[in-house]
Amino acid sequence: MSVITYRDALNQALREEMQRDDRVFLMGEEVAVYQGAYKVSKGLLQEFGEMRVVDTPITELGFAGVGVGAAMVGLRPVIEFMTWNFALLAIDQVVNAAAKMLYMSGGQYPMPMVFRGPNGAALQLAAQHSQAWESWLAHIPGLKVITPATPYDAKGMLKAAIRDDNPVVVLEGEMLYNTKGEVPDGDYIVPIGKAEVKREGEHCTLVAHGKTVLMALQVADALEKEGIRVEVVDLRTIRPMDVETIAASVRKTNRAVVLEEGWEVCGVGAQVVDYVQRHCFDHLDAPILRVHQEDVPMPYAKNLERTAKPDVAKTIAAIRQVMYLPTA
Amino acid sequence: MCLGHGVPLRRPTLSAMAKKKTPPRSEPSFGETDAPTRASLLHSMLLQRRFEERCAEAYALGRIGGFCHLYIGQEACGTGAISLLRDDDYVITTYRDHGQALARGLTPRAVMSELFGRSDGCSRGKGGSMHLFDRNTNFLGGHGIVGGHVPIATGVGFAIKYRGTDQVILCFMGESVVNTGAFHEALNMAALWKLPVVYIIENNRYGMGTALERASAIHDIYQRGAAYDMPRAQVDGQDVLMVRAAVAEAIHRARTQSIPTLLEVRTYRFMGHSMSDAVSGTYRTKQELEEYMKRDPIHVLRAHMEERGEIDDAGMTALDEEIKAVVQDAWDFAEASPEPALESLWEDVMVETTT
Repeated sequence: MSVITYRDALNQALREEMQRDDRVFLMGEEVAVYQGAYKVSKGLLQEFGEMRVVDTPITELGFAGVGVGAAMVGLRPVIEFMTWNFALLAIDQVVNAAAKMLYMSGGQYPMPMVFRGPNGAALQLAAQHSQAWESWLAHIPGLKVITPATPYDAKGMLKAAIRDDNPVVVLEGEMLYNTKGEVPDGDYIVPIGKAEVKREGEHCTLVAHGKTVLMALQVADALEKEGIRVEVVDLRTIRPMDVETIAASVRKTNRAVVLEEGWEVCGVGAQVVDYVQRHCFDHLDAPILRVHQEDVPMPYAKNLERTAKPDVAKTIAAIRQVMYLPTA
Repeated sequence: MCLGHGVPLRRPTLSAMAKKKTPPRSEPSFGETDAPTRASLLHSMLLQRRFEERCAEAYALGRIGGFCHLYIGQEACGTGAISLLRDDDYVITTYRDHGQALARGLTPRAVMSELFGRSDGCSRGKGGSMHLFDRNTNFLGGHGIVGGHVPIATGVGFAIKYRGTDQVILCFMGESVVNTGAFHEALNMAALWKLPVVYIIENNRYGMGTALERASAIHDIYQRGAAYDMPRAQVDGQDVLMVRAAVAEAIHRARTQSIPTLLEVRTYRFMGHSMSDAVSGTYRTKQELEEYMKRDPIHVLRAHMEERGEIDDAGMTALDEEIKAVVQDAWDFAEASPEPALESLWEDVMVETTT
């Protein structure tokens, strides 16, 4: 075990998988000479050369399609989007090509590929650079969508994604890259499709994913001091969602709050609420509440941005509400 | 008669780009045909024609549903190009894919079954007319989003270079694709990285009902390749032998030097855009259609063969009868093929994977 950053955990996963399988290559903007816009691919060009660590022009639709074509004929591309905001230019390749090729071809063309990059808001990047896309992507049959929150999960899940024979969307976080945690030095896999209880508790379930898991743990710490023990469920995978882990937690706590970075309407939280009402109807002691970004494009000004984002205080208020406790 | 769509045909090569005034002819050795090859080209084109005539009938009878885009009139493009490929080469195309699929060797039974939505279809009834796929012949699909498959072709070219083999991929598209961003992104990378892709624009003059001249700022669209310093040429798409000559040169360049080519093959669609589109009357006149039909690609090849004494009326009739029987067999087979099992609805969304 070493304590390393989320960024280095991803880097280790890429390096180990590229060493393990010469069909794996990394392609995207600034991944090679520049060593990655966020330095996730540091050192890979030097180790693997320019055929396997490929700088592209600024051409998201184009290089996403190159990945699709390469995957169709047996390579295992890792396509990096500098951010998922730019991936909207490539959405035709992700949704119409990668996600559907196996089905349209009657099972003849699997798509063993990864689309990855940072997702969600960082700090004061304003409307076009501060968006969380998981509900869009998780809507699509044919894709797997993962949102690792810790360095341990980042390495283990990226390795699982690269070895997966299906297209996997990996949503990282710009604000997560510098976070640290314990990571095994060698090979291990964190399976796709398994949520994890990151903190046990019996009073209320708090479902989170990606960056909001860290916020959820802060919420749990704060409420612990008041004697409220929150169970934090980290979805880790948005599609396919681990309904059993969520339901088992809610059956234990009888209450739930769902926390996410994205907007409210048709968000990930809406799907979680649907699963919970179907699987835990008789166990619920209160309506489920959701905490999410305000229903506006992300503003630039510090105070406005802070107000737009979900945060610890909003989440604590929601938990107090489902527990019928007075809110501050 | 304007096969060049009113513009004299030019066939520049890479070297022609430098001295524009005197475009040299293609190397005469490229794509030369012998009698058996010509016979095989005629067989393939006539099979596509008779097959699609029955498709129109099947559509009217409700055996084929959804969108159905016929290739009638354009057969020389796909047939000439695909006839030059090795088994391990690749083909990718648009939703107007029946003819190219048959030219590549998908069986009439498998294609007709797919069109009928049956379990013996080449895509198990999941793709339909627009999404014919066949792994056995490296037929990488009919694709339904205009422009979407062009970067995919570039990716296949990338994979070929990555593995260091000497395969090539042919990427067919309609002329309306050249106005999409995907086309430019794909061609730029192919030229930048020197990938073995032959991009073949089948310019049938109309993107659905919009004439090329109403959609593209330039009308000699092979010149789009200039933006990427890509070898390019304009070809008579009604003469399968001319198509072969041009594509052979492009394939040679891709296979031996890993250099992509952009070909504009000038052709004409004798049917409507899809089954709901009138053959003429809205965006093109009956006279225009009739003019172009005088250069039916099957007649053009037949004339070449008659000159050489390789076929006569009796031979043509016999071939036609043989092919009609093959198509009837495909129809009967498709009709007898079971509908896909309902369980298959949930199959092929994901593959089982073990990490």
